Amino acid sequence: MMKVEEKLFQNRYRVDAGRPHIRIKDESLCNDGCVSRACTVCCPAGCWSFEEGRIGLITDGCLECGACRVVCDTHGNVDWNYPRAGFGVLFKFG
Amino acid sequence: MTQNIEKFDVIVVGAGPAGNAAAYTLAKAGKKVLQLERGEYPGSKNVQGAILYADALEQLIPDFRDSAPLERQVIEQRLWVMEDESYVGATFRSDRFNQMPGNRYTIIRARFDKWFSEQVQKAGALVICEMTVIALLRDESGKVIGVEVDRKDGKIYADTVILADGVNSLVASRAGLRQDIKPAAVALAVKETVFLPRETVEARFNLKGSEGVVIEMLGSISQGMAGTAFLYTNKDSISVGIGCMLSDMKAQNTTPAELLEKLKTHPSVAPLIAGGETREYAAHLIPEGGYKALPGLYGEGWLLVGDSAGFVNAVHREGSNLAMISGRLAAETLLELGEKGLPSSAANLARYKARLEDSIVLKDLKKYRNIPETLDSQRQFLTDYPALLNDAAHEFFTVDGRDKASKEKAIFNAFRERRSLLGLLGDAYRLWRATR
Repeated sequence: MMKVEEKLFQNRYRVDAGRPHIRIKDESLCNDGCVSRACTVCCPAGCWSFEEGRIGLITDGCLECGACRVVCDTHGNVDWNYPRAGFGVLFKFG
Repeated sequence: MTQNIEKFDVIVVGAGPAGNAAAYTLAKAGKKVLQLERGEYPGSKNVQGAILYADALEQLIPDFRDSAPLERQVIEQRLWVMEDESYVGATFRSDRFNQMPGNRYTIIRARFDKWFSEQVQKAGALVICEMTVIALLRDESGKVIGVEVDRKDGKIYADTVILADGVNSLVASRAGLRQDIKPAAVALAVKETVFLPRETVEARFNLKGSEGVVIEMLGSISQGMAGTAFLYTNKDSISVGIGCMLSDMKAQNTTPAELLEKLKTHPSVAPLIAGGETREYAAHLIPEGGYKALPGLYGEGWLLVGDSAGFVNAVHREGSNLAMISGRLAAETLLELGEKGLPSSAANLARYKARLEDSIVLKDLKKYRNIPETLDSQRQFLTDYPALLNDAAHEFFTVDGRDKASKEKAIFNAFRERRSLLGLLGDAYRLWRATR
């Protein structure tokens, strides 16, 4: 079984260091107010985690699909933007 | 002041199939077109399976086959209904598909979109990459009069804005032109591009030259979710992926990456990609809500085309062709208005919808308007029937000393136990009704 990290390793990215294009509006809502945390399951790049009672988000491997934004429809807690022009994933094949 | 600023006839947001079709048609007719793309190059943010249906492109560029980067001409289509260890399949292979002009091709989108964009630029459009549209500009009456981009002094004006910015269409949602997409109206697909020597691809799929095979799969691989998987042959690679409705993904615990791994290790799939090297992993949302989930398609000074309008026929796996058709129809609508000297008002742009209704875009979406609901509420089509079919095939093809009449009876009883007689009849009716 190939891990998601191994899959992402094949991709080309230009990471906008220190400027994540996705932000959590209110982390306490994820930690205490959300039951499903569907983002942690649905994200195809494994950007979202929930460990030791805390939500985590690292956008470096993001495939820019938008799934996390759409699955958070009940809370609307995902501030999702495209990366700055030129940054983010650069598909070689697409 | 605005009189002194350069103004375009049309701004097209996005350089995918819909945006390219629109920009190409308009530029070719002599309109002053600006096309904006957020990626490093057209295609760098775009993802598809991918199959190209020739007809929609042929309408725009009749001789596209001479220069477009096509992978393989599809001569064989397989449909697999899967269980964990098996599949029951249907195959259609025809040498007629080898005749020119070809009807369907596999493509690699990053390469194809780059080529398509070159044609757009040759036609005379100004294409700017690495520029993201962040908002629409409106006049006092609310009419869209341009876009704002992520640059200093980034206001650009045009008579009409065509939004071809893809499934997420942040600009349109934020401007209130459409509602944001809902989990039940969108599928999440993940895909790997797995490289193999060309001869290996051809040997494994019984192909010669530029012939290609596509396989569509459904059944246990989607783990009860509404979804399908695919495997497409490219020249020296294989695209393998799976997509499920996001509302279903939300309600279970398997990640998309794990689903894809399970598909790749299925005993019928694994040998086809064995020894291959994965060189890219991609994900994309597909607007599969169909006819009933369509947003408003036009308004004062703006039009939606392609994925941002939700033009995907999930049953027939058509999307990029509908994108190209809708892009062309949007452009032709504007050309008609231009000839008649009419402004891009909502009332005039209603002609765009009339054109769509007269094309396969809305005709086909309308035909399948009940499919998303049927599949959502009638899970037996995705769970029970694939299992029953595979069990029936096992029973039927195992010679074990039991007589054939008993075997037939066992198969029939299995169907009746799982769905009941009335259930079977009802299912036949529901399937017929959903597709008429």
